[in-house]
Amino acid sequence: MVEEKKQLTLVLGVIGADVHAVGNRILEYAFTEAGFKVVNIGVMASQEEFINAAVETNANAILVSSLYGHGEIDCRGLREKAVEAGIGDIKLYVGGNLVVGKQDWQAVEKKFLAMGFDRAYPPGTMPQEAIDDLLMDFGFVQKC
Amino acid sequence: MELALLIDFGSTYTKITAVDVEATEVIATAKGLTTVETNILEGLNKALEEIKPFFGGTLPQFQSRLACSSAAGGLRMVAIGLVKELTVEAARQAALGAGARILGVYAHQLTSSEIEQIDGSCPDIILLAGGTDGGNKETILHNARMLAKTKYGNTIIIAGNKSAADEVQDILLKAGKDVRVTANVLPELNKLNVEPARDAIRATFLEKIVEAKGLRRAETYIQGVLMPTPAAVLNAAKLLSTGTEDEAGLGELIVVDIGGATTDIHSVAEGHPTRSGVTYKGLPEPFTKRTVEGDLGMRVSALSLLESIGSRRLASVTGLPESEVESYVQYVQNRVELLPENGKQWEIDTAMARLATDLAMERHAGTLENVWTPMGAMYIQHGKDLTEVPYLIGTGGVIVNHPHPRQILEGALYKQDQPTVLRPKQPKFLLDKEYILAAVGLLAEVKPTAALRLAKKYMVEA
Repeated sequence: MVEEKKQLTLVLGVIGADVHAVGNRILEYAFTEAGFKVVNIGVMASQEEFINAAVETNANAILVSSLYGHGEIDCRGLREKAVEAGIGDIKLYVGGNLVVGKQDWQAVEKKFLAMGFDRAYPPGTMPQEAIDDLLMDFGFVQKC
Repeated sequence: MELALLIDFGSTYTKITAVDVEATEVIATAKGLTTVETNILEGLNKALEEIKPFFGGTLPQFQSRLACSSAAGGLRMVAIGLVKELTVEAARQAALGAGARILGVYAHQLTSSEIEQIDGSCPDIILLAGGTDGGNKETILHNARMLAKTKYGNTIIIAGNKSAADEVQDILLKAGKDVRVTANVLPELNKLNVEPARDAIRATFLEKIVEAKGLRRAETYIQGVLMPTPAAVLNAAKLLSTGTEDEAGLGELIVVDIGGATTDIHSVAEGHPTRSGVTYKGLPEPFTKRTVEGDLGMRVSALSLLESIGSRRLASVTGLPESEVESYVQYVQNRVELLPENGKQWEIDTAMARLATDLAMERHAGTLENVWTPMGAMYIQHGKDLTEVPYLIGTGGVIVNHPHPRQILEGALYKQDQPTVLRPKQPKFLLDKEYILAAVGLLAEVKPTAALRLAKKYMVEA
């Protein structure tokens, strides 16, 4: 659990023309249960919607998911837009089937980190992994 | 017999409607030229003289005397938020729904020149929003500090991030502003909450704006100016749609109100997608939504209407030469009460009204966006889907006095060549024949069921 003193706000959504709503709901549930404040902007979300939502809610991190293989195109430029909107140092996480076909994960991860994402997750990642990373990245120490 | 006197102080005319509440019967209507500059009561007195004959030569005792007003520019507001599509839009919706005329809409951190602009426009009320509850505080605090420097915008309603509200209030109070704090117009990203701000605007209107517009003098005779006229019309639309505890309403509906200066569209409808496979995006829309098109009017805004629609299109609808259409439009601009005299002038007025309805509805209705995905074509809906709304009501001088109001109202309908604009497809056309919607909105404040029956009785099929 996140400690009481500060609740982190996460903007969560499925980017581009992707309509995978079920996974999105599962993520919302998992992150909310873990004690985060989740702002879910739903499926088919544009980069601008992620940014606008983060600006209004003063979010700590943007969590992008993409399952239909076009994540690479959809995510390109998100960091730059965040910089333009004055929230350049926001944490950006991305996960899912991010590229077309079966590609080497290490290369994919490298590509997304180079695009300005702080973390990228391969298909099949459990929510807990991202939860642990969030807590670590924001300096919350997990007890036991 | 229970009688009600319903008064609408307009910029040009003061219109009065005398109603027999028990029989739900309009006994008399009249109007007198409004004189805001000298004495607001003059127009009212003239109108009252006119209705005396209906009561045997003396004015009866009216149990309720209620008024709305759009005199002296109505309620003039500025709306400020953070992100244009989010809190700025929410603030705009709140102001429009309260019956205000919007002078300017501002996003992000205000600049000195924007502050000058705001000051220059002399707003009655500034609505300050920005940030969801617990969200961004920086911008609303910055904007409060900037607003502290204004000379004129004295009444400020704060409807932004609750975590910043106290501090924002302090800054503005120290600057000598009159400040009200109300609930956030956008407490969460997907939760529009415009009602508390609307109520706060209306309360402020009653307390201060009425005074500023010289309407206080009228209050000795009437029981008070309750709301801006557009708010009364929206009130009536809502009542007619949803009904009261005792009587059912008509269901979802749209009101088209064409005036000399603006064309207003009110929709009382959920607007959820009616087709399968459509995903809704963006800010949720209010159930009672009002849009105002300041560039589409029959007289004061006739020239801007010509500019927005184009003289070629206007001419082609009338079948008259462009030059003739243009010169008529120039002629009627600023001749506020001019009525068409001959066939050609009727043609042009009809075309102006029809195209104003067309464009205003296009801007009010939601749209579908076609997106190609790996799974095929998908649709995203922005705004309200009004395709299945069963009633479309026309009001405003040009519609009410027109021999064939359908010609105008049909401009609002769904168009085959514009399939992505979600306009009504097969609504029943109703006409506010006695021009009483504003009066109904007022009466609804004291006798909702009687007001509803009155509205039903006088909305005739067009």
